Amino acid sequence: MTYASDVAALARKDLLLELRSRDTLPAMLLFVVSALVVFHFALPAEESERAETGLLWIAIVFTALLGLTRAFAAERDQGLLDGLVLAPCDRSAIWLAKCISVVAFLVVAEAVALPSFALFFGPVGWELVVAVALADIGIAAVGTLLSAVAAASRARELVLPLLFLPLAIPIVIGGVGASLAGNPASFLGFLALYDTIFAILSWASFEYVVTE
Amino acid sequence: MSTSSLSEDGRTGKAGPAFDFGVASGRRGASTLALAAAGLLVGGIALALYWAPEDADQGFSQKIFYLHVPVALTAYASFAWAAWKAFRLLSTRDSRYDLESYTAVHMGVIFGLLTLVTGSIWAKISWGHWWSWGERQLVLFLIVFLFYSAYFMLRYSTEPGPRRERNSAVYALFGVALIPVSFLAVRIAGTILHPTVFTHEGANLPWEMFLAFCVCLAGMLSLAGSLYLAELAGKRADVALRDLRELLA
Repeated sequence: MTYASDVAALARKDLLLELRSRDTLPAMLLFVVSALVVFHFALPAEESERAETGLLWIAIVFTALLGLTRAFAAERDQGLLDGLVLAPCDRSAIWLAKCISVVAFLVVAEAVALPSFALFFGPVGWELVVAVALADIGIAAVGTLLSAVAAASRARELVLPLLFLPLAIPIVIGGVGASLAGNPASFLGFLALYDTIFAILSWASFEYVVTE
Repeated sequence: MSTSSLSEDGRTGKAGPAFDFGVASGRRGASTLALAAAGLLVGGIALALYWAPEDADQGFSQKIFYLHVPVALTAYASFAWAAWKAFRLLSTRDSRYDLESYTAVHMGVIFGLLTLVTGSIWAKISWGHWWSWGERQLVLFLIVFLFYSAYFMLRYSTEPGPRRERNSAVYALFGVALIPVSFLAVRIAGTILHPTVFTHEGANLPWEMFLAFCVCLAGMLSLAGSLYLAELAGKRADVALRDLRELLA
């Protein structure tokens, strides 16, 4: 088995599991649309474009958080993580496969969120789409690792947002900047830099988080 | 950094007798360092107040610079030290680095809180507001402070053991990656979302000011070092006591 086939098998397992149980994805979809509706009522009548875009990013981050708290739920409840760690594959493959499935969930959620945003609030530019795609990678990379970290603690659902949100601040800055600033390229570049740094760091440190 | 050179002798004798715990050597190092800190801080503040020239724009209120910036740099030094110890823990799997990393984060958070308070006071005096989102360093510090506060939540909610040591270490390592990334983020956000209203008088300090600043910085680093050693000795004694109790039970 090569590294790539390990990753593909593990990612396929996660996606298949979700496809059969439908635990997480419907909740994320419903949440992101509800959040947008709540934001409509939270904004004043003459809402500005800046505020709307900012709220879209909040909705994305919190929807991701919803998915991430469930990312290792099956592994934890069924004691599956021990089995995975014992499997003769590189531990970072587990992280990469989980990242791929988290990105897949996020893409589906945003495939609903962005059209709803366009419908409720205003047009969605190409910068916003690129920024969301880049942010997904960063969110999945950091979030998967922190989800595994939080899975070892007693108060998992409570700890994960606290660990994740400070790390999500640069993503929000990059995302909001990309859709509002005059030069989106520098913000998109920043998001790509964030993805690279934290993907490498998470990839390298995942092994220490899951081994006993 | 004075913290880095001095904590070497604060480390427990790993192969020493089981009931030494390095407490005695830690206390010795801590008291030497505390004396140095007291001398340097008193000297530095005296230099800053009576000798360094007054700032042309801000007048007397600029004096808080000699407290605020050294405290902030000390907090960064503590976080870097924590990350270094975390790295050592992950590479050697030696669990004594866990307490050292934890104590360094603890110091960093204390000095980080002081930075936020002194920065807030400075902001109030300079601009009349307790908080300004235009002041990048302060915003960056708030992000870093939130990040490291979550470190404690993680630690307190995980059962003690190798798993907790490694998770905390990985999180502490993420911190040193987050600091430059957030610095960059706040910087690019500052150029577009919030106009910069204030630039630090960093590079073009008169040498008297710079000297007073350096003495204050050295004093603050020694203070952090002595607190670190004292705290470490206390935490080690706690662990040793728990081990003894378990042995007796």
